[in-house]
Amino acid sequence: MPTVSVKRDLLFKALGRTYTDEEFDELCFEFGLELDEITSEKEIISKEQGDKKAEGASDVVLYKIDVPANRYDLLCLEGLVRGLQVFKERIKAPLYKRVMPNGEIQKLIITEETAKIRPYAVAAVLRNIKFTKDRYDSFIELQEKLHQNICRKRALVAIGAHDLDSLSGPFTFTAKRPSDIKFKPLSKTKEYTACELMNIYKTDNHLKHYLHIIENKPLYPVIYDSNGVVLSMPPIINGNHSKITLNTRNVFIECTGTDFTKAKIVLDIIVTMFSEYCENQFTVEAAEVVFPNGKSYTFPELAYRKEMVRADLINKKVGIRETPENLAKLLTRMCLKSEVIGDGNQIEIEIPPTRADIIHACDIVEDAAIAYGYNNIQMTLPKTYTIANQFPLNKLTELLRHDMAAAGFTEALTFALCSQEDIADKLGVDISATKAVHISNPKTAEFQVARTTLLPGLLKTIAANRKMPLPLKLFEISDIVVKDSSRDVGARNYRHLCAVYYNKNPGFEIIHGLLDRIMQLLDVPPGEKKGGYVIKASEVETGGHPAAACGALPLLF
Amino acid sequence: MAAHAPGAGSGSGCSGAGRDTPSAPGAAMADGPVADVLLRRLEAADGGLDSAELAAELGVEHQAVVGAVKSLQALGEIIEAELRSTKRWELTAEGEEIAREGSHEARVFRSVPPEGLAQSELMRLPSGKVGFSKAMSNKWIRVDKSAADGPRVFRVVDSMEDDVQRRLQLVRGGQAEKLAEKERSELRKRKLLTEVTLKTYWVSKGSAFSTSVSKQEAELSPEMISSGSWRDRPFKPYNFSARGVLPDSGHLHPLLKVRTQFRQIFLEMGFTEMPTDNFIESSFWNFDALFQPQQHPARDQHDTFFLQDPAEALQLPMDYVHRVKRTHSQGGYGSQGYKYTWKLDEARKNLLRTHTTAASARALYRLARKKPFTPIKYFSIDRVFRNETLDATHLAEFHQIEGVVADHGLTLGHLMGVLREFFTKLGITQLRFKPAYNPYTEPSMEVFSYHQGLKKWVEVGNSGLFRPEMLLPMGLPENVSVIAWGLSLERQREPPVPRP
Repeated sequence: MPTVSVKRDLLFKALGRTYTDEEFDELCFEFGLELDEITSEKEIISKEQGDKKAEGASDVVLYKIDVPANRYDLLCLEGLVRGLQVFKERIKAPLYKRVMPNGEIQKLIITEETAKIRPYAVAAVLRNIKFTKDRYDSFIELQEKLHQNICRKRALVAIGAHDLDSLSGPFTFTAKRPSDIKFKPLSKTKEYTACELMNIYKTDNHLKHYLHIIENKPLYPVIYDSNGVVLSMPPIINGNHSKITLNTRNVFIECTGTDFTKAKIVLDIIVTMFSEYCENQFTVEAAEVVFPNGKSYTFPELAYRKEMVRADLINKKVGIRETPENLAKLLTRMCLKSEVIGDGNQIEIEIPPTRADIIHACDIVEDAAIAYGYNNIQMTLPKTYTIANQFPLNKLTELLRHDMAAAGFTEALTFALCSQEDIADKLGVDISATKAVHISNPKTAEFQVARTTLLPGLLKTIAANRKMPLPLKLFEISDIVVKDSSRDVGARNYRHLCAVYYNKNPGFEIIHGLLDRIMQLLDVPPGEKKGGYVIKASEVETGGHPAAACGALPLLF
Repeated sequence: MAAHAPGAGSGSGCSGAGRDTPSAPGAAMADGPVADVLLRRLEAADGGLDSAELAAELGVEHQAVVGAVKSLQALGEIIEAELRSTKRWELTAEGEEIAREGSHEARVFRSVPPEGLAQSELMRLPSGKVGFSKAMSNKWIRVDKSAADGPRVFRVVDSMEDDVQRRLQLVRGGQAEKLAEKERSELRKRKLLTEVTLKTYWVSKGSAFSTSVSKQEAELSPEMISSGSWRDRPFKPYNFSARGVLPDSGHLHPLLKVRTQFRQIFLEMGFTEMPTDNFIESSFWNFDALFQPQQHPARDQHDTFFLQDPAEALQLPMDYVHRVKRTHSQGGYGSQGYKYTWKLDEARKNLLRTHTTAASARALYRLARKKPFTPIKYFSIDRVFRNETLDATHLAEFHQIEGVVADHGLTLGHLMGVLREFFTKLGITQLRFKPAYNPYTEPSMEVFSYHQGLKKWVEVGNSGLFRPEMLLPMGLPENVSVIAWGLSLERQREPPVPRP
C-alpha cells in the first residue's frame, strides 16, 4: 500500500478546516485511508540517522497516509484534498477538459527504432501553471509515487516533465546506440554519453534500480527536440536543459513505456492533479503523438465513461435499502457524478479520468457502500444451510496428534522449506534421489527446496533444544512435497508422521513401541498377513545416530 | 511459527515436593549427619559459625550445609541463620592455565630463539595468535618482513617480566586485594578472572537451641498405620508454597492448538473443510484465476517463491484459461478488463502458493462445474509462503485461515454478520470495518477489533466479495455472490477458555 506524506497544516488549509489527530484518523478510516503515522522530517532523520543529523531539520508536522494501491488519484495532497472535499460535499468534483492550443499543437513523433525497447509514448502540456515550493515538491513526489506503483519501478511507464519554453518542437522519440547519445543530465555540470551515464549511476542509490530496464539493449530510448536537445533518456534520467523550476510556466509532460493503457492512465492522473494550478483551472492542452505507422493520436485522453447500474443491484450487493436518488447522491460524493434516469431505477454514473480503478459495476457498488458508511450497514446472517464436513486427511491428523501427545510425545512445528543439504547430504542421500521440488529464487539457503521428509525439521528442533532435560520425545504430522508428473503442477504433497526419541541410550524399543501404538490406533495388525505392517532395516545409511533410529511414516489412503 | 521450538513445557526440569525437603540430598532429614555436626559445633562455638567454613572443614559441598541450615530453621527457634554474601575473585580455566604455564605472550617470547623464528611457524603454536599481538605491543619481539623466506620474528629484549602470570598467581593465592582495581579489570576483560558472589549463612543458637532434635516424619507409611506408631510421631508440615511435580506427558504445539480451535469454530458454524494439501501451485490458480493481473507486484520475484523444478504446470483447464485470458486482456462479464497482453507462459509458472485463496479458487471452480448450483460454506487453515528473509517480524511461511460462503444474493451486510459471529466465538466483540483494496475482492473490507491492552483499533483480518471477473469465468451463476475472509493464524492468540 503506498504511503503519501503531506504537511498537516497545508492539508488543513486546503481542506478549509482543522481536525484533531483523532478526528482526521476517523475521517481517513471512513474513506478507506489509514493515518499511518504522525511525524516530522526532523523525527524521521533522527530515527534513521540519529539526533545529531536531525539538527536544523524541519519540525513541520507530517501526516503519513496509507492509500489503497489502486487509487492513483489519491497519491498527492491535491488529489487527497479533492477526494475528501467532494466526499464531505464541500465542493463538486471538477470537470477536466482537454483543449486545443491557440497556436500549433505540440507534436511527439515516435520512430520505429523504439519498437523493440519502449514502443509507447503519450504527452500533454500544462499551460500557464503557477508553481510554489510546496506545489513543485508535490509534483515531483507524485511522479515518484506513480513510478513506484502503477509504473512498476519505471519498467512499465516512465514520466518526464520539461520546461516547454526552453524547448522547441516537434519532438522525436527514438532509440539510438548508447555511444551515440550524449547530453548533460539532471544535476550534472557536463555532458556524458549514455554509456558513461550507466556507469556513473551504478553507484547512485536512487537510479541504480532502473538501469536494468535498458542496460542490455543495443539501443537506448531517447527524446530530442527539433534542435537536437535531449529531453530525456527514459526510463533513466531527464536532460538538465529542460529541467522544470519554480518559475516554469508551461510544462511538457511525456510518458513512455511498454504498457500503453498504463501510460495513458499515468498521464491522465498527472494532468488532472496539477491542472488545478493552471490559469484555466482543470484544462489541459492537447499534444499529438505520431506512431511509426503514421497514425496520430491526441493526448491526454481524459475520457469520461458512462456506466449504467440498477439501484436494486447496489442495494442487493450491499444489503441496504436506499432510494435510487440517495444512491446517486452517495456515488456523487465519491467523485462519480450520478443521476437517476429511465424507469427511475437506473442510475447513470459518469466515471471520470481520475478513476481508472473503476472497471466493473462491483467497483461502483463498493463506492456506494463507502459513502453509505460500512459501519452503518445492518449486519445480518445469511440463511445458507449447509452441513459441515472435515477434510478426511485433516480429521485423521487431528485424531492422531492427540493420541501422540497422550503417548508422551511433544508436537513440533517446523518449516516446510529447507536447504538441499538438510534433505540430502546431512541424511546421506543424494539430492537427485529425493525427487525434491527446487525453488528458483530463494533469498537464503534455508529455503532451497521443499522438504521431502519431516526428519530434518525434528533433528533441527533437537539441536535447538539440547539444553532441555533428556529424553526428548518429539513428533510432527505434516506435509512433505515431491515431484509427481501425474499432477497438473508436477508435484504433490504427502502427509507424513515422524517421531524422534532422543536420549543417551538409543531406546529403539521406545520408538518401536510408539509405532505399535500408532498401528493399534489405526487398526493395522502386526505381521505380513492381511495388510499388516512390518519393520525392515532402512536402505539409507544413517551413520548410527541414535535419533535416526526411527522412520518417517507416510499416511496413505 | 517458532522454527524449532517443541510444544510448551516439554520436559520441564521444574520439580518440587509437597513436604519441606530442601534440595540438598545430605540434609533430607533434620537430624541428618551434617545437621548433627552443625548442632554440635554450634554448641561449642563462641557466638556462631559460617556455613562455608564449616563445609570446608567437613569436606562436604556447601549446599549440604545450606540444606542442613534450612531444615533446622524449619523446626522453629533451634537456630538463627543470617544470609551473608561475599564476593571473591576466581581464576577462569584459561586463567588457571596461565598461572601455571605463563601468559600467551610470555610463551611466545620464550619460543622465539635468538636467531629468530618464521612468523608462519610461530602462528601455528597454541598461544601463537593471541600471544603474538600482545608480545608485539609489549615490545618484546619484532617482525622482519624483508627476511628471505617470509616474515621472521626476533626478540627485542633479552628477558621480560610476565606480570600477567604473577598477578594471576596472587589471585590464586587468595591475595586478589593486592592488585590494583585497573589490573583486575584488565584481567577480567581478558576473561582470566571472574568475580563470584558466595552466599553463606552465619549460624547462631536460637532461643530453643538444643542438640537433640527429634526426627520429623516426611511421609506416612503403611507400616506406621499398621503398627499405630503414627500416633506418636511428629510430622513435617506440608510446604504449600513449593511447586508440585509436573505430570509426565507429551504436549501439542501451542499454535496448532489454536488451529484446532479455529477448525472447531468453523465446524460449529457449518463450514466444510477444503482440501489444501498442495503447497505447489501454478501462477494460474494462485493469481490469474483470481483476476490478479500479470504485472501485479505480488507476482514479483521479490515476493514469491517460484520453482526451478518443476518450473511449469503442465495441465491447465484450457477452456477456462481462455475465459480468464479474455477477461484480463479485453474484459467481459461487464468488466473493462486490464487491457494488457496476457501470457500463458506467465500463468504456467509454478510457485509455492502465496495464499490459500488459490485452493479456494480450485474449490469454487469445482463447485461451478456441478449443476445445479448448491450453496456452500467452505474453510481452510494451512501453510502459505512468501519470499522473505527471516527476522523477528517476518516469516517465509505462515498459516492462513480462510472462510468462504457462496449463495444467491449474499450482501456486504451478510459478510459483516458472518464475521461478527466468527469473531464473537473468538471472544472479540468490538468490530469495525474499513474500506480497503484487494485485487480479487470488491467491495473489500479490512476488519478491525478494539484491543483493550493497546487501547486502539488493530487490524485482525481482510475480507470482501469476490469480483465477478473471478467468479463468472469459472461458470458460477450471475446472481451468486461469494463472500470471503482471511486472517493469519500466527497473529492470533488462543481463544479464551469458556466458563460454564
